[in-house]
This record gives sequence, C-alpha cells and structure tokens, in this order.
Amino acid sequence: MDPRDAILAAVRRNRPVGEHPLPPVPHFAVSEAGERAACFARSLELMGGKVLEPDPAADLLTAYLRGSGLAPPEIVCSAVPEIAGNRDLATVAHPRDLADVDVAVVRAACGVAETGSVLLTEAQLQVNAVAYLAQHLLVLLDPADIVASIHDAYDRPEFHQARYAVFHTGPSATADIEGVLVHGAQGVRSLTVVLLPRQPSSVPA
Amino acid sequence: MTDEPGGLIHPELRSERNESPVGPAGQRLQHAEGTSQPLRSKIRERQPRGAEVNGRRPIDHEAAAARFIAAPEHEKMHDERLWDLRSKRDAQMHAIPEWEELRELASQIKQHTLAHLDEYLEQFEAAAKANGVHVHWATDGAAHNRIVHGILRDHGAKRLIKSKSMLTEECGLRDYMAATGIEVVETDLGERIQQLDDEPPSHVVVPAVHKLRRDVAEVFSRTLGSDPDTDEVPYLAERQREATRPLILSADAGMTGGNFAVAETGSFVVCTNEGNADLSANVPALHIASIGIEKLIPRVEHLGVFIRLLSRSALGSPITQYTSHFRRPREGGEMHVVLVDNGRSARLGMAEFWTSLKCIRCGACMNTCPVFRRSGGLSYGATYAGPIGLILDPTFDKRKYSTLPFASTLNGSCSNVCPVKINIHEQIFAWRRVLAEEHEIPLVKRQMMQAAGAVLSRPALYRAAISTADSALRFLPRFAVYNRWNAWGAGREMPPAPKETFHTWYARTHPAADKGSGDGSA
Repeated sequence: MDPRDAILAAVRRNRPVGEHPLPPVPHFAVSEAGERAACFARSLELMGGKVLEPDPAADLLTAYLRGSGLAPPEIVCSAVPEIAGNRDLATVAHPRDLADVDVAVVRAACGVAETGSVLLTEAQLQVNAVAYLAQHLLVLLDPADIVASIHDAYDRPEFHQARYAVFHTGPSATADIEGVLVHGAQGVRSLTVVLLPRQPSSVPA
Repeated sequence: MTDEPGGLIHPELRSERNESPVGPAGQRLQHAEGTSQPLRSKIRERQPRGAEVNGRRPIDHEAAAARFIAAPEHEKMHDERLWDLRSKRDAQMHAIPEWEELRELASQIKQHTLAHLDEYLEQFEAAAKANGVHVHWATDGAAHNRIVHGILRDHGAKRLIKSKSMLTEECGLRDYMAATGIEVVETDLGERIQQLDDEPPSHVVVPAVHKLRRDVAEVFSRTLGSDPDTDEVPYLAERQREATRPLILSADAGMTGGNFAVAETGSFVVCTNEGNADLSANVPALHIASIGIEKLIPRVEHLGVFIRLLSRSALGSPITQYTSHFRRPREGGEMHVVLVDNGRSARLGMAEFWTSLKCIRCGACMNTCPVFRRSGGLSYGATYAGPIGLILDPTFDKRKYSTLPFASTLNGSCSNVCPVKINIHEQIFAWRRVLAEEHEIPLVKRQMMQAAGAVLSRPALYRAAISTADSALRFLPRFAVYNRWNAWGAGREMPPAPKETFHTWYARTHPAADKGSGDGSA
C-alpha cells in the first residue's frame, strides 16, 4: 500500500473515541504595565537585546556604533533607506557571500511587547540568511507597529502570505555548557532595536 | 528544596565570578537556558556513561543511574541546573494570569486535532503542495531515512547541516547516513557536543546537560583542536562557532525538525535559541523538514497558545530567541516535508495512552522529575528519557523498555507541569499494569506488584501498611534504608516520616465526618 494511504488508514482506524471539540481561543489582554514601547523595550532587554533611542542630532549608524561599543565595521549590509551600506543585497548570488558581513540593518514588520520580539520576513530581509550570518543585527522598528501580545502578532497577514516569517527575540544564544549564557552561538552576536518611525515615503511591508 | 537565600540546592556549585552577559541596567541575564545563579563545576571527575544498550535486552536503568549517582559533581550540577529551569518555569507561570486557561486550551486543541488527524493531515498536505512544498510520507524510521537519503542523492548533496530534531534521533538518521558517505553536521551547540562525543542527547531541550565544562573541553580538544586546559565556557562556545561556520557555508542541504505544523497554511514552525535552524534552512538551497504526524495543529491562531507555553515551560524563558515559520521555499530554493508515523498511528489507538501524542517536547516533566534529575537522561537508554519517555518508549519496544515505567516515584509533578496536561504519572502506572499482564517485567518486580496490588485493592489494609512503613522508616537502622541494593537511597536522605498518616489525623480531628465512611470512600 502507498505509505500515505497506509498512514491515513491507520489514523482513521485508530481514531480516539469521544467528541473533542475545538475550543475557541479567547482574546487575552496582556498586561503591558505602561506604554507599549516601554514594555517592548523591557521585554527585549530581558532576552539579551538592546534598545537604542534615536538621536535626531546624530547619524543613525554612528549613534548605533557608539551605543553598542562596536569597532567601525568594514561591511555593512543595509535593507533600509535610512542607512547606506556598502554591500548591496540585490547583487548577492548565494547566501554564503554574506559570511563576511559585520552589521546587517533591516526594518521589522512589527514588534511584540509581551516578549520583545521583532517580526521579519523575506520582504524585510531580502536575503533571509543575512540576519544570521552577519555578526551584528540592527533592527529599525516603528513604535506604531508594536502589538501587545503573541496572540495579536498571529493576527498579522504575514503568517498567511510570507514564505518565511521569523520572530527574533534578542541575539543568537546558548547556555548548553553548565548553563553559562553565551551570545552569538551560531547567529548574530548582538541584536539592537532602534525605535524609529517609518519614513513617510517608505511603504509599510 | 533549597537551603539558603540564594536558592541553590547545592551551594558548593556557586561560582564567585559571573560568566554570563549582563543587561543595560547591569543585571545578570538569564534568558534561554541560562541559569539564574552563576554556577561552576569545581571537582574534576570522569563523566559517567549511560545505560548499555544490547539489542532488545531490557535496559538496566538502575545500574546506569547508580553510575551517575557515583559521580557526585555531575549529579549535583545536573540536579541544580534542571531544578533551576523548573524554578524559572514557575516564575513565568506566575506572571501569566491565564496560564491554566492556556494549558487547558493547548490540551483541547491537541486532543481535537488528534481525533481528526486524518482530515488535518490531508489539509496540511494540500496547502503545502499548493505552496510548492514537496510532501513525503514515511511509515517508519527506516522509510524516513530512505526518503531523506533519496532527496540528498538526487541533488548530489555531500554535506547536510541540521538543527536538533528528536524525530531524527528516533529514526537513527545519523547512523544511517554514516553508511551513505553523506556528512551530517549538527548545528545546535549541545547536539554538536553530543555528536562529536558519539553520544545521543540526554535531554530533549538541553542535550548535553549531563556534561560538565571539563567534559566539553576534553571533547573539543580531541575533535576541534581546542586548548585542553581551557574550560572557560565562552571560549568553548566560540571554538565551536568557528569550527562549524565553514561547514554551514559549504553545505549542500539543510535539515530541521518541526515543533508545529499548521494545517490551514501548510506551514511549519521551528523554535531554537541559536538561530541554527534558520541557518540550516536559509543558507543551502535545499531544505528538508522531518515532522511527526502528531505535530499538526489546525490554524495559525492556535500558535499563539503553544508558543506562549513552550519556552516558558521548557526553560522559564518567555520565548525562544528564534521562532521561525516556513511556508514556501524561498526564491530559487526547494523545500521538502517528510511526515513520519513511526508508531504514532498505532499509539493513537491505545485508549489509555493516546493522549501522550499531545506532547510538545518541552522537557518540563524531565526537569521536575526527581528520578531524572538524579539519574541523567542517558541512564534510560532510549531516545526519550524522563517521565514522557517512560510512557513513549514502551510503545516502540515493550521488552527493551519494560523496566523504564518503574523509574518513577509517581509523585505526579510531571503531570502538574505538563503544558498540554498529559496525565503522565497515571500513564506510567498504567504501563506497569500492562507490562505485568504481558509478562514483560522481571519476576522480582512482578512479585512486589502482586503484593502491592493486594494491599492497594483493600484500603484498610493499605492504611495499615502505610502506617507500618512510616513507622519502619522512623525506627529502621540506617543500613536497612541505605544499602547497596537501593540505588535511590545512595546519597539521599529520606524525608522524616510523619508521626501519623493523613487518615489517622483526619479520623482523630474530624470524628463526625469520618462516621459512616466505609472503606474506600474517605
């Protein structure tokens, strides 16, 4: 018998008795304890991420490097109009060509106050692997795009439309050895979010 | 559990120096599987090895547990770290008023899906195919391995990078691939440590939790050429990152598991802390995902319930660092999903045990289990260790895993922390009965069970026996409780026996209430 038919037949034969109705999922109002952006920042910082207040007087990249204490990067890969990088994502032939990127800059589709997560899809990343192969990730987030809870985030259209959608909540992390936390296990060593409204010209993704 | 304000069970493991990163306010970070207190092993000790596995011979869990207990530095660190995860889980639970409601929803959503699994599998398949995803069906582990090998061979793949998947452990994928000439590289740090040491993972979420830093330094010096005398954790993690990165960049294919598969959208979700599933799926052009058929959920909105429960239950962290949703292959890429049965459809037909299919592999039952914390995951000699393993493993082989349902105190803590409300301890007890009826348990344990059965079936006799046992605990000489035939007594103090049982206390303090209550109704 075809394995598909064999599995489905066995599942039907062994169907558990009883009704087992699907329960409705109620709307849970998650406590935000104050302003949503502040709640987002608190949550993200607990997960190892950093939040940077934009400084209108300073260049964004300069402010980021100063705030995060990073050495001047050689290769910056930007997917946002606010920062001009020196590696064009549109010309990347294979994801591995991004292995030498120091800083990647993207804009999040939305943020989640409950957990401090940012949502990214292929529309924001252009090349998905850039968010993992870069040493550091800088994410721009419009405070107006922050939703309260994970439940609210799953109401977004991305989960029905995007090929790839991912919540980033802080940097790549591991504590597999004696529970000692290390940032930059395999992916980015740091994740910084700048709360910066979208430019009027940029179309929301 | 703890005996000091800092909250450690084993205060001697406290590290004077914090190695973990700190947040912007200077607070020590403890997200992911990070400990809430700085810990450090101090005594050099050989790593105890797990249970010997010999074909279908019953696993001697007790002997392997005794070896683990005989390595006190390993045992203490294991106990401390897992209890810490349990404590962090409790803190997360208390911060969410609707926690119990979420557990009930998760349980009902899973039971509903399992009761209509044929429909949801067909819906998932149709949606995934419409998304351009290749869908394969594997009746067992061998079929799964053949399918994966076939896909890789068709693409001329020489190296496969993969993220952690208990299903591929269950199918024995790495052993199978070793004979094909295709290199398999695990990319989760803990899983990579285990692969390099030729050991299976000892825990579903923290695969190398039974190892100390010295053990990892030894493995890495032997396999990656790191400095054998340096056991600083950031150094060890960095060496692994540097060694794995070129393998990731040059891989021909990537593999992930799937924590959830959504029927509505044909998409699947993978949760990691390292971002290694995202590297595996997004760097090579070919992505293969192995998913057990029980991972289905109906709709995207249900993900909210499970994602909020999963990492909080597993690690006491609000969410994993990465929660990744794969719906369609990326431009120019190819995506395959292998739906694996391997005994799941048969389990669905077991009236007492089918709800074990609700499991979302968070490991909370392992972290809370006193037997698991003190014996180490490798003592179970099975893919799934700890309480959930005790009820899953016998469905794969009743003889080989016949001893496992006895590695439990039946204290019920596993059921209490389970995010999908599986009645784990009741199923453990039910397995003891099934194995006894089918003569899969050794004679000594059968005789003990018969005696226990005679006592338990008559409440008055049971109460007499309990009160005798408690008295005996109070007055027996220590050598009678702590002897070499009792692996659990070694290194452990029994709690002081109560002066009277609940029943005698209740009868004494509530004389009226007790009146007229016959045996078994009190």
